[in-house]
Amino acid sequence: MGQVPRLREKCRCHRLLTKRVIACLDVRGGRVVKGIQFVGIIDAGDPAELAHRHARGGADEIVLLDITATHEGRGMLLDTVKRTAEALFVPFTVGGGIRSADDAAAVFDAGADKVSINSSAIARPKLIGEIGGSFGAQAVIVAIDARRGPAGVADAEVYVSGGRKATGIRVVDWAREAEQRGAGEILLTSMDTDGMRHGFDCELTRAVSEAVQIPVIASGGAGSAADFAEVFTAGKADAALAASIFHFGVTDSRALKAEVARSGVPMRLPC
Amino acid sequence: MIAVIDYKAGNLTSVVKALRFQGAVDVGVTQSPDEVLRADKVVLPGVGHFRATQLLEDLGLTQATREAVAAGTPLLGICVGLQWLYAGSTEAPEVPGLGHFTGECEHFPPIYDGQDLKSPHVGWNSLEQIRGDSRLLRGVAPGSFVYYTHSWRAPVSPDTAAVTLYGGAFTGAVERGNVMGVQFHPEKSAETGRQVLKNFLDF
Repeated sequence: MGQVPRLREKCRCHRLLTKRVIACLDVRGGRVVKGIQFVGIIDAGDPAELAHRHARGGADEIVLLDITATHEGRGMLLDTVKRTAEALFVPFTVGGGIRSADDAAAVFDAGADKVSINSSAIARPKLIGEIGGSFGAQAVIVAIDARRGPAGVADAEVYVSGGRKATGIRVVDWAREAEQRGAGEILLTSMDTDGMRHGFDCELTRAVSEAVQIPVIASGGAGSAADFAEVFTAGKADAALAASIFHFGVTDSRALKAEVARSGVPMRLPC
Repeated sequence: MIAVIDYKAGNLTSVVKALRFQGAVDVGVTQSPDEVLRADKVVLPGVGHFRATQLLEDLGLTQATREAVAAGTPLLGICVGLQWLYAGSTEAPEVPGLGHFTGECEHFPPIYDGQDLKSPHVGWNSLEQIRGDSRLLRGVAPGSFVYYTHSWRAPVSPDTAAVTLYGGAFTGAVERGNVMGVQFHPEKSAETGRQVLKNFLDF
C-alpha cells in the first residue's frame, strides 16, 4: 500500500457555513502593541500592514481594538482605521472607546464594517439600538468580558472597564438583552482563560451560544488548532478570535485552519 | 458615472471604496433619479430592513431604475439590494420590490432537517451550481467562498446564477440580461468579491 494521497484533503470544500477565525490587533497611539506578562508593552508594527498580512494569510475577519485612553488618541484612531480599511476586503471591526452613535458613525465613515461596544453598552443599553437603527444590526457587536462565579458558568458575571469592574449582571442575561436590543453578534471574552493560551472557556461559550440566535465569537485562551476545534464543536462558537497566537510575526492562519478543518470543522480554505 | 444609490440603508463607504479599488474612476453616491437615468451603471447596496427600500419609491428612484434598466443600463443589487429586485419580502410585505425577478424573499426557517437553524446567516459560505453563462460570475470557481450577513433570502429560480446552501439552497447570485444581484457582500469577499465587482465593471 502506498501513501494515501493528501491532495483531496487540500481541496476539501465544505458546502456549509464555515466557522470564522478572526485576527485581533490591539492598537495604541496608532501602532499595534502587545503586552508581555503584564509588565512591558512592545511595538508589534503598523496596523494597516499587519491587517493586510492577516487577510492575505487567511484570516476571515480583522478586529482592531483601540486601547488608547486619551482624547488625542481618537483622531489618530480614525486615521488608522482609514488607512487599514483602504485596501482591506474582508470584514473589518473596530472597538474601543465608542460611546455614542456619533462615535460609531465616524468609525464607519473611516471604513469599518462593524463596531464593537462593551462598557458603553452596559452603561447605556439603548446605544445598541441607536447604532443598529442607522447602520443595521449586522454592524453592531456587543463585547462581553466575563468571569465565572462561585457556581461556575451558571453565575458567570459581566465585567466592564477593561475587566476592572464587576457589574453584578449575569452573562447569559446580558447576552439575551443585547440580542433583543438589536446586537448582530456577541463577542464573548473569558477573563478566566484570557492570555493563558490553554484553550477557550468552551462551557461558558456554549451556554451563551445556546441562549441566543445571533452568532457568538469566542475569545480568550487560544493556544492551538485543537483549542479552536474544541470551541467550534463543544463550545458551539460561530467564530473565534485570537490575538496572541498570531503575535511574533505569525500572520498566516492557513496552516491553523487546515488543521482545524481536518478535525471536521468547516473552514474557509482555498480550493 | 457609476451611480451608487443611497437610500439610507447602511454604510456605503466599503462599496464605493471597493469599486474605486477595482478601477472605477467616476463613482457617485446619489439619491437623484436624473443621475440614475444618466448613469453608465447603477449599484443598489443596502443592509438592514427591507422597509428602507420604501424610500426608493418616495424619491422616484424605483421609476428611474426601471427606465434605466429598460434602456440597458447594467444594475447590480447587493444584499437587500438583491432582495429588492424580486416582488418583495415577507420582512415588509407592504413594500413592493422592483419585481424584475419572480418570487418573494423569505426568512430562513427556524428548523431545517430536524435541526435548529441559527439566523442571521453570518460568515463565509460557498457559491455552488454556478451558471455557465453568468457574466457576473465569470472566472469564479464553484466552491469559492463569499461573505454573507442576512436573515431573509431569495428563492431559487431559473434566473439564479449561483446558490448557497444554508437551510436548503437559496439564491447567492441572480442574473438576467443587464440586471443582476448578489446576496453576499462582494466588497467584503476578498478575491472572489473583487472578481465579481470587476466583472460588473466590465459589463
